[in-house]
Amino acid sequence: MSTDGLSRRRFFGLAGAGTAGVLAAGAAGGVIGRATAEEPAAGAAAAATDAVPFTGAHQAGIVTPAQDRLHFVAFDVITDDRAELVEVLQAWTAAARRMTAGQDAGEVGAVDGGQYDVPDDTGEALGLPASGLTLTVGFGPTLFETTEGVDRFGLAARRPEPLTELPGFPGDAIDPAISGGDLCVQACANDPQVAVHAVRNLVRLGAGVVSVRWSQLGFGRTSSTSSAQATPRNLFGFKDGTDNLKAEAPKALDQFVWVADGDPGADWLAGGSYVVTRRIRMRIEPWDTSTLAEQEATIGRTKKAGAPLGQRGEFDPVDFTTQVDGEFAVPQTSHVFLAHPTNSGTAILRRGYSFVDGSDGLGRLDAGLFFIAYQRDPGTGFVQVQKNLRLDAMNEYIQHTSSAVFACPPGVTGSDDWWGRALFS
Amino acid sequence: MSKPARKRLLSAHPAALVGLTGLTALTLAACGGGDSSSAGSDGAADAIAVAATDDACDVASSDLEAGVHQFTVTNTGSKVTEFYVYADGDRVMGEVENIAPGVARELRVELPAGDYETACKPGMVGDGIRTALTVTGEAATLDEDQTLAQAGTDYQRYVQSQTGALVEQTTAFVDAVKAGDIEGAKALFPVARTYWERIEPVAESFGDLDPIIDGREGDQAEGEDFTGFHRIEKALWETGDVSDMGPYADELLTNVEQVATQADEVTLDPLQLANGAKALLDEIATGKITGEEDRYSHTDLWDFAANLEGSEAAVQALRPYLEEADPELVGEIDERFAATEAELEQHRAGDGWQSYDQLTEDQLRGLSDSITALTESVSQVASVVAGK
Repeated sequence: MSTDGLSRRRFFGLAGAGTAGVLAAGAAGGVIGRATAEEPAAGAAAAATDAVPFTGAHQAGIVTPAQDRLHFVAFDVITDDRAELVEVLQAWTAAARRMTAGQDAGEVGAVDGGQYDVPDDTGEALGLPASGLTLTVGFGPTLFETTEGVDRFGLAARRPEPLTELPGFPGDAIDPAISGGDLCVQACANDPQVAVHAVRNLVRLGAGVVSVRWSQLGFGRTSSTSSAQATPRNLFGFKDGTDNLKAEAPKALDQFVWVADGDPGADWLAGGSYVVTRRIRMRIEPWDTSTLAEQEATIGRTKKAGAPLGQRGEFDPVDFTTQVDGEFAVPQTSHVFLAHPTNSGTAILRRGYSFVDGSDGLGRLDAGLFFIAYQRDPGTGFVQVQKNLRLDAMNEYIQHTSSAVFACPPGVTGSDDWWGRALFS
Repeated sequence: MSKPARKRLLSAHPAALVGLTGLTALTLAACGGGDSSSAGSDGAADAIAVAATDDACDVASSDLEAGVHQFTVTNTGSKVTEFYVYADGDRVMGEVENIAPGVARELRVELPAGDYETACKPGMVGDGIRTALTVTGEAATLDEDQTLAQAGTDYQRYVQSQTGALVEQTTAFVDAVKAGDIEGAKALFPVARTYWERIEPVAESFGDLDPIIDGREGDQAEGEDFTGFHRIEKALWETGDVSDMGPYADELLTNVEQVATQADEVTLDPLQLANGAKALLDEIATGKITGEEDRYSHTDLWDFAANLEGSEAAVQALRPYLEEADPELVGEIDERFAATEAELEQHRAGDGWQSYDQLTEDQLRGLSDSITALTESVSQVASVVAGK
């Protein structure tokens, strides 16, 4: 694309950034809705409608208390022009600043332009509050080098060694069409319309430069990422994420989630993280017809309280030595036994969502868990855990149908900062 | 498509092909009457010979005085050809379509001072064989309003060239259908539709004609018959039996002639042009990328190419204004038209296009991505024009 084209997109991008900066500098106060957003409170969103700060050392949407709704989207970059790609990332950052503050995507807005202008916001979030929207960006291995070994953007040398396609695991049924991607954006919000609106407007801004490869809607967070949150249930009906890494344990986050100085790629990735996504279809019907005992033995927790088998309360420590009638209370093939940090030797921050993508044509729900996990290194994070799950009794009831990994840069700081600046500078 | 069939069919209507001057006359002949009010009365200063073959396009003059000129294009090659005079950015100043082998056609065009290119397109494909053409003399300077008004006039000239060819090719198609020439009719179907699809927004503005010419099966209200191109398409490709298609063929031609007559009366304003350019891209996105338009013949890529050409023609008519008002946008639109054309070009098959059902998901996605990007750019033209 010529410089003409570049400056055009800059019009929509950076111009928006400037305006957002002005708005964000306004007095703090309650967030009412579109076009009235004000500076979000310094901490996490207090109410489900509040704004979550966009800027910070880490990207929002990782340890942010998990919102209720997800729209996750992966893109292929369809240009070979580095400047075009940078321009989209800048335009996205500007739009993300605005939308996470409860503003329209563009500086003009959905309805305040001329009658013959194409609106720079699609409008379906008009009147809706910020709703805790977070937008989290990630860069896939193929952005650095295509599967054919082409270095399209001069980034190959900057790919951190851990950023590589995940290995295959036994039982995988990975569909390449809904796997991988050069870029990703995770949009989480407490209102599904707000999350979808954000993705839709980012897709528009990327026309001609990026193309949606796949996307996934999720509802009902399946993990709590803060001890202030109750543990939700996944579609198996069990509490999920009881022993998750939480925002209140900064040392564990530093050890297991955030890329640190000295780690591979730290020159641009320090303060960032790696996200792994897996679309895990649940075999709902066989599960629903299994006995409570079978279900609890499969998971390793009670269905009602979520207590480790052999214990009473959800947060009672998992004790893998407890025996009942000469058997381990928590079976050695149960999911908790195999996945727990005690036995996997590592920890990951889970942030998944349930999904129901209609039915499969055979009368069965196409449903399950869209698994999202953040970690400091996929090799010693998800891959290590997943390898340990080879004999997991739960495998009988699930199938992994997609796989992706992305490196998520650190948070955007100043008003002129943008997603990936350190990588592309 | 099979050329012998086309040649034979066209030759049944010599009046539509030869011995007529300029586009207006062509349209008149095709429509069997009507208003004659344009170039015919202007005195052309000359008659510039153009010798067109399968691999050459020799234009007798490369330097002209500003004014009205008449080109006489003689095709001595073996392929059907076209002749264009392009201004900057391939804005069509004048064109003749469908110059069959052995035929001479004339083009009358008014050229202000400037740099132009002439082009022959043997086989009616690609960028054509180009030759530079310089016009000197008094250059008319138009103000904004005049530039915009000129856009409507330029585009009307384009529409007339298309409706002329539409009537010709529909006549040939209809004749083939009525003669029971299945293969000939199949070959002509996407060719005739090309001229329809290029000006579809104009044709659609005649609300009652579009559904009976171009309606798809199942779109009819209760009690309405399924007629037009797609009715005949179904017979040709589904059953291979057109013995009962005669009345549909006659009706199609009558209706197409009606479109041509009405289109002569229409001058689009700049906003309509801008919206028409985008509407043609939307046609691609909603009907052609999906293979819904030509569901029996799978000739959707022909329609795709025609919609794209029509959209570009509408944008180019506005080009002189846009270049002043928003040169950045013009640059972006040019790039994205080029990118889309390059994407489409991968699917060329001979003088036509690959069948839709041969395209892979990846290939369709490539086409879709390029159209999505192009549409984002073209959609901004309306704002620029309205912001005058």
